Amino acid sequence: MKKTERIIGAEAVVKSLLAEGVDIAYGYPGGAIMPIYDELYKYQDQLHHVLTRHEQGATHAAQGYARTSGKVGVALATSGPGATNLITGIADAQIDSTPLVCITGQVASHLLGTDAFQETDIISISSPITKWNVQVTKAEDIPAAISKAFYIAKSGRPGPVLIDITKDAQLSELDYSYEKCTAVRSYKPVPETNIEKVKEAAALINTAKKPMIIFGQGVILGGAEQEFKDFVEKSGIPSAWTVLGLSALATNHPLNVGMVGMHGHYGPNKLTNECDVLIAVGMRFDDRVTGDLSKYAKQAKVVHFDIDPAEIDKNVKTTVAVLGDSKDTLAKVLEFIEPKEHSAWLQEFRDFDKIEFDKVINGQLNPTKEGLTMGEVLQGINKATNDDAVIVSDVGQHQMMAVRYANFTHTRSNVTSGGLGTMGFALPASIGAKMGAPDRHVVAIIGDGGYQMTCQELGTILQTGTAVKIVVLNNEFLGMVRQWQQLFFDKRYASTEMINPDFVKLAEAYSIPAKKVVKREDLQGAIDEMIACETSYFLEVMVEKEDNVFPMVPTGASVSDVRLE
Amino acid sequence: MEKKLYTISVYSENNLGLLNRISTIFVKRHINIESLTVSASEIENVSRFIVVVNMTEEAVKKIIGQLEKQVEVIQAYYHTDDEIIFTETAMFKFKSDLLFENPQIQNIIKENNMNIVTVNKTFFIIEKAGRKHEIDAIYNAFAPFGIAQFVRSGRVAISKEAMNIRKILGEIVQ
Repeated sequence: MKKTERIIGAEAVVKSLLAEGVDIAYGYPGGAIMPIYDELYKYQDQLHHVLTRHEQGATHAAQGYARTSGKVGVALATSGPGATNLITGIADAQIDSTPLVCITGQVASHLLGTDAFQETDIISISSPITKWNVQVTKAEDIPAAISKAFYIAKSGRPGPVLIDITKDAQLSELDYSYEKCTAVRSYKPVPETNIEKVKEAAALINTAKKPMIIFGQGVILGGAEQEFKDFVEKSGIPSAWTVLGLSALATNHPLNVGMVGMHGHYGPNKLTNECDVLIAVGMRFDDRVTGDLSKYAKQAKVVHFDIDPAEIDKNVKTTVAVLGDSKDTLAKVLEFIEPKEHSAWLQEFRDFDKIEFDKVINGQLNPTKEGLTMGEVLQGINKATNDDAVIVSDVGQHQMMAVRYANFTHTRSNVTSGGLGTMGFALPASIGAKMGAPDRHVVAIIGDGGYQMTCQELGTILQTGTAVKIVVLNNEFLGMVRQWQQLFFDKRYASTEMINPDFVKLAEAYSIPAKKVVKREDLQGAIDEMIACETSYFLEVMVEKEDNVFPMVPTGASVSDVRLE
Repeated sequence: MEKKLYTISVYSENNLGLLNRISTIFVKRHINIESLTVSASEIENVSRFIVVVNMTEEAVKKIIGQLEKQVEVIQAYYHTDDEIIFTETAMFKFKSDLLFENPQIQNIIKENNMNIVTVNKTFFIIEKAGRKHEIDAIYNAFAPFGIAQFVRSGRVAISKEAMNIRKILGEIVQ
């Protein structure tokens, strides 16, 4: 007989979370989840609950936590609007493969389907954007549902799961015992690796004259950074990253050739259409990476390493697909590849770098114009943090500038909303990111638009005392949309100009030290002061109003038609 | 690539909400479902979905990938019409008087080997299992006489090749 104890469902929820090693959760209470909050009160010494100011903030904070710590993020909300407010964060976690367990309260089971107060069918609503979800209506089903949820969230290709628990299930008693889930019979998290495919991949890599690697977040999610670095160094192959792959390999690594995609670097975009073998590692050929698929790497043989069989041939037809966990497949292929150098080929990337530097980067980093550039702010942060900050970026021009100009030496240091492009992500995500990496500098880079979508989370920073550094790059525009309006809509700036509040006063209202910089000579000093500050800090930088992010692959264009101006 | 009819068979856990998850995969990609049958499979607690779609093979392969990605889907297959044995069932309801007024109705019933489901003073119901075009032909033959009600099921299909679901479940369970 298993040892059990007689407790109520709500206590079983908290004990199950503790059994999964959860010591932090983000959420917002409400009627249908009150029994669980009552138990959180009892267990507050073991499980720290962070009260966010909106449920969306709870999911983004949980995402930030998961992204820096590598653990599963936990978010709690009540039924109805509490649950629907989680949706944006869940969708973001789904498309960016972030492991989350979301627990929602639900009306009592006898009220289900009656349009009861704060009832929504969150299972149906969340189905397309969760890896798995389940409604629990009986207390005795709670421990098994939670253990299955954690197993599914973190295994294989990670993702968000949602457990909806009716109030009566939270309040009724069960004989509690906890067993960790180790298998689900219908679910195979990691496909078997076919060693023949590994050998075929190695053969292609060994005979390639102009090979190029594109790495995505799969390297980080697989914990395969070392294996990846070994693979890159032994094969000598120039390696470019996707937005989410950033920080898996140090930005100053000699074989790191920058970012691919819409605002990626000139060389890797151009040379995607010249390489003979394209090796994709843990990435999914998103449309922002590929541009026009009919003109994407058509000359190349494609090797695709991925854990998710559904990604193979989804967008780009592969020559050889190697399925499996990146840590394992990269270690295997390493045995079969020959040590090589591709100096002349690498030089082609560096030649393009020079063109990009002269036409784009120099103007960002050494501006001759009076207005501050986003690039120089990032350069200042690199300097103040020794290239070693966690950079949490929101969505828009500042995000592209952040990923282009921030330097990274450690993995899990780039936290951004890649796939969903969720404005408002960064401020709440930075709170979780700091809690997941308490010993590191966590700097949120946010535009003036996105900041105002979730700036109520300043209250969470105030209440928790989380030492997040907030940088708002203020161009008084929804800059990325404005850029598109300028380039593709004849400068008709429809609803993109922003009349903003006094952001410094707003931060000060939350007792956060704050400063505004308008002049170049004040910039580095303010950044240094922010980084040196032991508490949270808010820095507003007024930047050039109508600067554009370049290079740019316009929608529908080929990556090799990347524009520099 | 040429579009044609594919019969997708999905074995899954018999869980609440899975129908929604599976149909969403089609809806999201703007794929119209020609026919959908969901029922208990030969294995306890395992459901079987049979979905008929008209699409290219390349697209159907991607759908299979998305279906198998669902945690509670055990396995998904796709087949062309010549790789499966398939049928659908149709029921026709007529006013009983018609049978006496139109002897041709009896002939159609006999020629097509249709089964009588029920007969009473006011109406009678006959059924036929067959391929879509056979059912369509019978429907067209009956139509001039006035069909009171007509219903047809979705397709059910058995593949010529083995599906080995028990083996798959066995391997995962052990």
